Amino acid sequence: MRTKKTRLRTAVAMLFALALTLGVAACGSSDDDTDTTAGGEGGGAIVANPDNGKVSLTIGSKNFPEQEILGEIYAQALAAAGYKVKSDLNLGSETVALRSVKSGQISGYPEYASTALTSFFGKEPEDVPADAQGAYEEAKAEFEKEGLTAFPPTPFASANAVGTLKTTAEKYDLENISDLEGVSEKLTLYGSPECRQRIDCLAGLEELYGLKFKSFKPVDIGLRYTVLEKGQADLSILFTTDPQLAAEKDKFVILEDDQEVFPAGNVIFVTKQSTVEEAGPDYEETIVQVQEGLTLPVMQELDARVELEKQTPKEAAAAYLKSAGYTG
Amino acid sequence: MATAGGDVSQLLPQPLLASIEGAIEFIFSPQTSNVTGGKTVGGIDQVVELTLNQVELSVFAIGLSLLVALPIGLYLGHRGVGEWFALTIGSAGRAVPELALIALMATLIGVGVLNLTIALAVLGVPPILANTFVGVHQVDRASVDAGRGIGMTEFEILRKVEVPLAIPTIFAGVRGAAIAIVATATIAPIAGVLTLGDFILNPSIYGNDGVLAGAIVVALLALAFEFSLAGLQRLLTSPGLRLKAT
Repeated sequence: MRTKKTRLRTAVAMLFALALTLGVAACGSSDDDTDTTAGGEGGGAIVANPDNGKVSLTIGSKNFPEQEILGEIYAQALAAAGYKVKSDLNLGSETVALRSVKSGQISGYPEYASTALTSFFGKEPEDVPADAQGAYEEAKAEFEKEGLTAFPPTPFASANAVGTLKTTAEKYDLENISDLEGVSEKLTLYGSPECRQRIDCLAGLEELYGLKFKSFKPVDIGLRYTVLEKGQADLSILFTTDPQLAAEKDKFVILEDDQEVFPAGNVIFVTKQSTVEEAGPDYEETIVQVQEGLTLPVMQELDARVELEKQTPKEAAAAYLKSAGYTG
Repeated sequence: MATAGGDVSQLLPQPLLASIEGAIEFIFSPQTSNVTGGKTVGGIDQVVELTLNQVELSVFAIGLSLLVALPIGLYLGHRGVGEWFALTIGSAGRAVPELALIALMATLIGVGVLNLTIALAVLGVPPILANTFVGVHQVDRASVDAGRGIGMTEFEILRKVEVPLAIPTIFAGVRGAAIAIVATATIAPIAGVLTLGDFILNPSIYGNDGVLAGAIVVALLALAFEFSLAGLQRLLTSPGLRLKAT
């Protein structure tokens, strides 16, 4: 009991410390509205509405930690609002997740607005609106053509980023991606297999920044820090929400995406229009309410609990909901 | 690209035919993609490049498996000892999770060709070891004694009597190893080497046509290895055995 309490208190303290120190660090473009205002003022605790007991919802997510945490946060919050909630948090890629929403296997799942626009609606990555609201509205309009809809975006945005060891950045005096001009020929870049041909990844770095790398090596996403630590990669494609960036600030840095090759994606909750009608107003209200506290530092902290401290997504989500005052 | 339209087509195998058609088109001519900024993907040049990478990696891994498993299998089979070892390694080796092995080695020796060669050889060693042991061990004792009787050394018995008689069994092991390795080399793009798995791992770039195309080419490649090894086996089997052997 005691240790659990202390742990929770440490966690809350850490959360605030991070919120303060990292509020400005942030990721590249489009996080103008990811500042520290969200905190815990999201309208207080969620109130259970007995009418909702008649409605069953199944919350889904893709199969990596950040998605699972988000899925848990939504599922637990909706349960607190009185809904009957199940979860299905291991859906694989966005293609599978979207199909599951359409078929009714799940009621809804969190998706990055940028991913929705590029993967589902054939939008060129460079045409994805840089501001969260613009991207959300465009994605929502597209979803509505198919009988689906999306709820407003989270404060945090997740984007790919070019990362490197701090020592490498200092050696070549790197701060922005464009600083790589002239040195990239000497550097090896590692990224997901997908990265190689995508215009919002390697292809964009080559075309829009005019960079040529010594070589590009594909590697599993789970190894993105390992290759840097092993010294195999000079540069590695990371995510702006990676907990390692917060936890090991003296070791890893990301380069500023000064030409906006990596569109930032705020998370929007994708669901069916018919589900929204059945579930009533508390469905959207609850989801929008609990995500208000999800700023970049908070999301990084939650990712850290799962990826570095090996908590379950369920525990991390419960701790978040509690410390932000959404649940008792 | 032919996309099947209309309701009736849903009831017929046409969607399947259409996807195979799409995959074959993907193999031979470059396709457009939403996410590449105008560059085409697929096409025969890319298929050939990735296929050659997969062949190269597979050959390394098969070579390493042979280097490890053959001497041990021949020795143990000739001496008739270590049956438990040779056969248990066989079953245990098949249970090793490749992904975990690659990730573990990534932290030790990094990713790349060496990592993958070792990880794939782990799949190849068990069948070769087990079959070499069994093949040599099961050779008729009378033949071995006859060899000894005409004054052959132990090495000559192994080389001139046991190995020729064991060739079909040994090759069955090598062929099993080769199929497993060629097929599994598909996962190499997660550890630094671009093989045909690139088509399969990245539906967002290559689409479903690319995924299916990758699977088809991998299957054909595995068959190609199987047939060439079968041919090699015929060449290596002593003429006197060819009539009896399969």
